[in-house]
Amino acid sequence: MDFLTLLQVLDTTVRLATPLLFACLAGLVCERAGIFDIGLEGKMLASAFFSAAVAAISGSVWIGLLAGVMASVALAGVHGLASITFRGNQLISGVAINFLASGLTVLIAQDWFGQGGRTPSLSGGARFNEIKLPFADLLSGLPYIGQSYAELFSGHSLLVYVGFLTVPLTWWVIFRTRFGLRLRAAGENPEAVDTAGVNVIRLRYTAIAICGLLCGLAGVYLATGLQAGFVKEMSSGRGFIALAALIFAKWRPWYALFSCLLFGFFQALSFRPDVVKAVTSLDVPGQLLDALPYILTVVILAGFVGKAIPPRAGGEPYVKEN
Amino acid sequence: MSESSETAGRPDAVAPAIELRGISKSFGHVQANKDISMRVMPGTIHGIIGENGAGKSTLMSILYGFYKADAGEILVGGTKTDIPDSQAAIAAGIGMVFQHFKLVENFTVLENVILGAEDGVRLKPSLARARSLLTELAREYELNVDPDERIEDLSVGHQQRVEILKALYRHADILILDEPTGVLTPSEADHLFRILKGLRDEGKTIILITHKLREIMDVTDTVSVMRRGEMTATVRTSGTNPQELAELMVGRKVLLRVDKKKADPGKKVLEIEDLRVVDDDGVERLKGISLDLRQGEILGIAGVAGNGQSELLQVLGGCRGATGRIRLNGEEIDPSDHVLDGQVWRGRGVSHVPEDRQREGLILDFFAWENMAFGYHHAPEYQKSRWLMDNAAIRRESGKKMERFDVRPPIPELAAKNFSGGNQQKIVLAREIERDPDVLLVGQPTRGVDIGAIEFIHQQIVELRDRGKAILLLSVELDEILSLADRIAVMFDGQIMGERMPDQTNEHELGLLMAGITDTASAA
Repeated sequence: MDFLTLLQVLDTTVRLATPLLFACLAGLVCERAGIFDIGLEGKMLASAFFSAAVAAISGSVWIGLLAGVMASVALAGVHGLASITFRGNQLISGVAINFLASGLTVLIAQDWFGQGGRTPSLSGGARFNEIKLPFADLLSGLPYIGQSYAELFSGHSLLVYVGFLTVPLTWWVIFRTRFGLRLRAAGENPEAVDTAGVNVIRLRYTAIAICGLLCGLAGVYLATGLQAGFVKEMSSGRGFIALAALIFAKWRPWYALFSCLLFGFFQALSFRPDVVKAVTSLDVPGQLLDALPYILTVVILAGFVGKAIPPRAGGEPYVKEN
Repeated sequence: MSESSETAGRPDAVAPAIELRGISKSFGHVQANKDISMRVMPGTIHGIIGENGAGKSTLMSILYGFYKADAGEILVGGTKTDIPDSQAAIAAGIGMVFQHFKLVENFTVLENVILGAEDGVRLKPSLARARSLLTELAREYELNVDPDERIEDLSVGHQQRVEILKALYRHADILILDEPTGVLTPSEADHLFRILKGLRDEGKTIILITHKLREIMDVTDTVSVMRRGEMTATVRTSGTNPQELAELMVGRKVLLRVDKKKADPGKKVLEIEDLRVVDDDGVERLKGISLDLRQGEILGIAGVAGNGQSELLQVLGGCRGATGRIRLNGEEIDPSDHVLDGQVWRGRGVSHVPEDRQREGLILDFFAWENMAFGYHHAPEYQKSRWLMDNAAIRRESGKKMERFDVRPPIPELAAKNFSGGNQQKIVLAREIERDPDVLLVGQPTRGVDIGAIEFIHQQIVELRDRGKAILLLSVELDEILSLADRIAVMFDGQIMGERMPDQTNEHELGLLMAGITDTASAA
């Protein structure tokens, strides 16, 4: 395998890791505050649909982005209402959101566009197009460093860069700010937050809103960056893979980056059976390669990778004193 | 306290730090507080004493903004103050140290202290300021804790100091402590009281909620007594005595001393030789324990929590393996035998009242009658047929046992969690004692239990002894050991430091042994 092929695989890895990364960080913020959210998948899907649909209609990816994020935040609000205000079961609320998004997106797509549950293909200003970093062409002649710059770092859509920058931002907010301290405390011992005179409910709603925003960006990227338009069930389990990546990352932003890249890498491999064959000299069936990220998810969720301690108050609605 | 004295010419015109006027609070049909009025003067330690369920905690929760009073008003420093939430309480200068700490376990001390009282968006400046303040407070009030230690790595006593530091960091002038010594060892409690006295001398006002008479007598300046939601009296501590307070609390005469005749030990029932336990972390918890237990005696094991007493009880109760030799009624038992569980021990006449009744003694969500059958659920009288249990029989039996042990209310169909701490303990004791065991292992029988119930529990244990049974009593309350035990063994660092007879020793000598100091003891 030559260097260029490697770069191509890594380039695909970055693209595929981006939606995982957004969703994973979304889950991180939410779960750190003590709200489990298995509805990442549904929110991502809803956002993918609405961003693609609105972008197709309006012709502007930015309006599409706004619509996608709003859809995701709205679903997050439903989750908040069910699990924070009404103290419902967070898992069930999440499952409901997944079902809702899966059914509703196809239904509305069929109603609006009549193309069998998909949106029209997006092009031009209705998509996030690739950004060429400065001097990419100039440097591409330079072996290794220049090639990497041109192939791997340059040429992604804006949201990829945003996604990777969200990692340090999330880390800073969670570990270096007042909001982050309170957020983490709310996920560990909400009573401590409450007795310290901080409103747990408001804090958790804020976390849910941030989760909605980031999930929304994941969905927008899927439909307008990675692909050009919405197709049925296009999130294809990425929300769940993101959850596995979150556990693998032990609820830490930098670890989340690496675990999402790992999952992205496995997804990238399924696009390049030729590379796998060249490297391992094994004739791995394509289906097995496709299944690889999911198999990894199962392995991680089964707890084969060390001990991951979730936030202690996670999954429990906060009920004030007695 | 002198700032406001110029308002009137008389020194007694100082406004109370806290004044409650006609506070009432009901939960459904239960009136937790009835028309309570109380004044707490600044710069004093004011005790509030009462049995569990007397309404002390409710009253303090109202003061801290957790509950809203149905009627009445609160005055802080002479001004009427509304306290709708804990934020308002903090703003009014009230700090609270709860019985169950409100700390984030995997945060550092510093992070816990600043949580909710940060200076700005970024944490760094807040952390720096808190660090310097903590050093200052540590020097001033013996409140030393390592600011970078995580809460989960701290002892309970240190965790409590963090709670006090939290309150002081928020500029609390009035500090409320709810049953602060329930979880502390005697020396930790002494340390706490030194801290509290230091704070009082600096002009802080302290409200101490407790049901322990000795603490009230030791540290408070004034004391208010609560019974069944009412404030029955407020007196100067120097003008009262434990007996009087106990009567005010319970509403009848109470025996504070255990009434028992001299023990008449019979033959050896349980012989332990060179018992050793190594825990999961590879630390040796028991380092060769040898003990004998005779019929008709209570052997008290004294020691600061965490010196191996718990492990000893767990081995004898079948919850943990060990090496060494154990003889029960002359029969050799191998403690490393993994078949040896609680069931087996109970079958051989060894009953076990574990130290932590809520985690080891009961399943809180289960009914009282189900809890009453645990460990004995294989008993023939509980079986309807080969496969079916006779629940009606268990319920009937449980009802009777609960009556006999004065469990209130004696309703087997209530879940265990619906009983107060003392009544939960009576349920466990009823289950174990009513089986008429040869040996009763009992850990912390009266932890978090109020006076009336303590008296009853002690009577039951003494009665069992008088029937010729052997009792191994574990308690971190030295008072309890001294008054109940017929023989005392002191444990330190997994070893028995020595045995003493209660009438030939005192708290001082036992305290030294508990700290691992033997030379002065041998000289005595």
